[in-house]
Amino acid sequence: MSDLLLELFSEEIPAGMQARAGDDLQRLVTDALKNAGLDFKEARNFAGPRRLTLVVNGLPEKSPDISEERKGPRVGSPDKAIEGFLRGAGLSSIDQAEVVSDEKKGDFYVARIEKPGRATPDILSEVIADIIRQFPWPKSQRWGSGTLRWVRPLHSILCLFGGKLVGVEVDGIESGNETRGHRFMAPQTFTVNDFADYEKRLREAYVILDSKERQDLIFEGAQEAAKAAGLELVEDPALLAENAGLVEWPAVLSGTFDEAFLDVPPEVIITAIKKHQKCFSLRDGKSGQLANTFILVSNLIAEDGGKEIVSGNERVIRARLSDAKFFWDQDRKARLEERLPELEGVIFHEKLGTQAERVERLKKLARDVAPLVGADPDMSARAAALCKADLVSDMVVEFPDLQGLMGRYYALDQDEDAAVAAAIEAHYRPQGPNDAVPTEPVSVAVALADKLDTLVGFWAIDEKPTGSKDPYALRRAALGLIRIVLENRLRLPIRRIVRAELAFQISRKYALDALEPFGALHDLIDIENFDIDYWAKIFRDAFGQASSEFEEEFSQRFPLALEDLVGFFHDRLKVYLRDRGARHDLIDAVISDDADDLLMIVARVEALGRFLSTDDGTNLLAGIKRAQNILRIEEKKDGRTFHGLPDETLFEQDEERTLAAAVAEASGAASSAIGQEDFEAAMAVMAKLRGPVDAFFDHVTVNADDPALRENRLKLLNRIREATYSVADFSKIEG
Amino acid sequence: MANTEPAQLRPDRSFQDLILVLQQYWAAYGCVLLQPYDIEVGAGTFHPATTLRSLGPKPWNAAFVQPSRRPTDGRYGENPNRLQHYYQFQVILKPSPPDIQDLYLRSLYAIGIDPKNHDIRFVEDDWESPTLGAWGLGWEVWCDGMEVSQFTYFQQVGGYDCAPVSGELTYGLERLAMYCQGVDNVYNLNFNGREGENKVTYGDVFLQAEREYSRHNFEYADTGRLLQHFRDAEAECKALLEAGDRGETSHHECVLPAYDQCIKASHIFNLLDARGVISVTERQAYILRVRDLAKACCGAWLQTEAGEAR
Repeated sequence: MSDLLLELFSEEIPAGMQARAGDDLQRLVTDALKNAGLDFKEARNFAGPRRLTLVVNGLPEKSPDISEERKGPRVGSPDKAIEGFLRGAGLSSIDQAEVVSDEKKGDFYVARIEKPGRATPDILSEVIADIIRQFPWPKSQRWGSGTLRWVRPLHSILCLFGGKLVGVEVDGIESGNETRGHRFMAPQTFTVNDFADYEKRLREAYVILDSKERQDLIFEGAQEAAKAAGLELVEDPALLAENAGLVEWPAVLSGTFDEAFLDVPPEVIITAIKKHQKCFSLRDGKSGQLANTFILVSNLIAEDGGKEIVSGNERVIRARLSDAKFFWDQDRKARLEERLPELEGVIFHEKLGTQAERVERLKKLARDVAPLVGADPDMSARAAALCKADLVSDMVVEFPDLQGLMGRYYALDQDEDAAVAAAIEAHYRPQGPNDAVPTEPVSVAVALADKLDTLVGFWAIDEKPTGSKDPYALRRAALGLIRIVLENRLRLPIRRIVRAELAFQISRKYALDALEPFGALHDLIDIENFDIDYWAKIFRDAFGQASSEFEEEFSQRFPLALEDLVGFFHDRLKVYLRDRGARHDLIDAVISDDADDLLMIVARVEALGRFLSTDDGTNLLAGIKRAQNILRIEEKKDGRTFHGLPDETLFEQDEERTLAAAVAEASGAASSAIGQEDFEAAMAVMAKLRGPVDAFFDHVTVNADDPALRENRLKLLNRIREATYSVADFSKIEG
Repeated sequence: MANTEPAQLRPDRSFQDLILVLQQYWAAYGCVLLQPYDIEVGAGTFHPATTLRSLGPKPWNAAFVQPSRRPTDGRYGENPNRLQHYYQFQVILKPSPPDIQDLYLRSLYAIGIDPKNHDIRFVEDDWESPTLGAWGLGWEVWCDGMEVSQFTYFQQVGGYDCAPVSGELTYGLERLAMYCQGVDNVYNLNFNGREGENKVTYGDVFLQAEREYSRHNFEYADTGRLLQHFRDAEAECKALLEAGDRGETSHHECVLPAYDQCIKASHIFNLLDARGVISVTERQAYILRVRDLAKACCGAWLQTEAGEAR
């Protein structure tokens, strides 16, 4: 057993690519080793600014010998068959094959192929060179006169197995047992024997191999510096990881900036010094107020103790914050509504028009949605009108991450209602599965409008997510909408809203030259009572559009797009519920294609789940399934269905009569309970069926000899199936 | 580290000394020391010594100062960091030598930036020029948190693969000088290194120009004439390329004059952009028109003596 040590030493690797590259290297090498029959104990990888390192412990010295038996043709087969067999098995003459006798098949040939194992270093030389040549960097380059591609120029390959050099040659780079230390503090090359030696020598040469350790050092250093200044670190794991990818030997320093900059919102300062300078911010632990001290991570133990480095960074940060303060002061000179004309120059999507058009739609949509979510319609429309204005502010142009947030600050500055200001920021939420959803009604209205408009728009132009491609983050938008609805327990008639908006957006391209009256048409849309034919008519009247393409869009593409989008919401809801542990079969059982109300779907899934966990539920499910199975078989046999009421006069047994009565009663009661959205009551009604169903199956023979009797009993079974449909499609439930 | 700085030059006190030290350093390495190209360009990369010479198999090492014009960056002389006209120092090394990073770091040392006391970092920054149809990978180089250079390995220019690959180093001279001199306002840079009444500042040389050109770029430039100039340059570029074309098997005879018209078109587009007469959708179309010219010039260049393998 020996260990492999591999280091690929290059010019500076982008911080964001390092971790993935380390993992890819480990995966590719270990997969190749396994394919070659080489098992190992453990593999670890390390990634940093200038090197990817892989250690594989406990590899055998050679791969195992393989003995393979290949069956050939029968003795006396035609020459062609024999030749083919010899070629396939790598034999030169049939004498090299054995003859095996089989009672049934007679005598046939068998070739025994012995593949001796190969020395591990030979395998390593081959697989490592291949992996380097085809490494999956997200972006790679050539350099000098070579043809090899690497993330940045690759300088050396260190490859040792059991302490001995493994020869690897790629595009003129030959492996060795040497590496280098820190670029400035220990640039000399040195040789290493094994991983322990490598790690120790690197540390002596001011390189900390493990990025986790570098992160810890930065974090601890930053905490200490904060403490020394009587302050608290504004933690930022992503910034920590990025810094760890920029330095081989982190040295934490701190600097200050003019207190006057603290007039600028703290998020702006944090973003400015993070985005451009990759520095951490500090705040007062008690008041939470941002401090005028920052933490920087250098890659150097400077001879002057870091004086020059700190003063250089302070100077750059001063310039950055001057810019930010300038933007902050400038931006507040114009009211948000004054910026709206500028949105006409901001393309949202080539086929969906500008942000200005979008804002017009959002105003109307937010106003329509407002009463459904308990929000003030005027305030919702106002917030929607202003929600994109900050996109053209200097600050957001410079720091796109601050969109929404700056809008809120600027809205407060111009004395908008607090709910309006909050909505301007919150309407982008939730931005991911872990982001909180807006809860304030005006925020909810605008957030829903934003997501609905986006989804409807992309469905209108048929740019839907496919497979792993979702460039406009539409899945995230749909999931966001679902979470807003469910977490706020909202009753939102999604289908109705989507229907009207989709018709509007699909019409858009037929009215491009006449946007203003087209916008006015939007206001005519009544979500509650939207009539697609009426819409098509007024649209035709308004624009004299009667092109066959337009008619086709409305008669064919519109209904398909609508079903597809509603189906997309259902699919996303299923994913969401499944992630939260709901049974997928229960979701399938209650979602029908026309289901409109997400909250009710969830309530039904929950009620159904509770019911099925009871004894009554399990038994009833079994009974219903039995009824369904019998029906399926008999329907197939007879080539007909058994719809219609059973004939009471044909009932022979009490169990039939009892069941018929129970089903009739349950059917009515369940429908009315469902109508009142009382799913528990509906389930309780269903539970009453259990006894009669069980008794029926225990005592009644469905497939009676008398055809009339048989048909009547099958009709009774069909009644059970129909009665339960209003609660759930039990055929989709497993178990 | 080799110190190529002659005793009398003080890059920490004089803008021109900074330029002189860089020139001496790269001349000593063996670069052809060129003078600025005599047509307005947006960046040193547009100099034919970079764009065209980076194509084809022949080795090429050059260094030069290039005034760069960014009409939209005009601030009427009121912003301490932003200029519509500034200087880049450009080094192009083809093929990129294996020790190019060290060569670069030694040039910083030559202008007084000692890596024992300054935190120098290579931070990912991929480069793309839509108008030149060019891209490369590299870094922005940070010194104590400030970007002092752009470092790029050219992969494609004019849509053609660069083989061998050129390494391009671009020093932002004003910013670097501000750092070396410890000055926060570009106009306060000491230009000639003298003190007292003989001192000439960057503001003495360029402040008036910044004000006048800002007016020109944003207010006075006649957009009608500019649009015409753009069309003229575009037409002339195409005409020259056609005139010089002697077929696939012969050398192209008129690439450099055609390329001049391409960079003129590019600068005129930048002016039109500053004048605010190009809408978002038109913008892309203009960029593509310039790119088509650049690609055609690059293609033709590969059929000249300097550009081809023979």
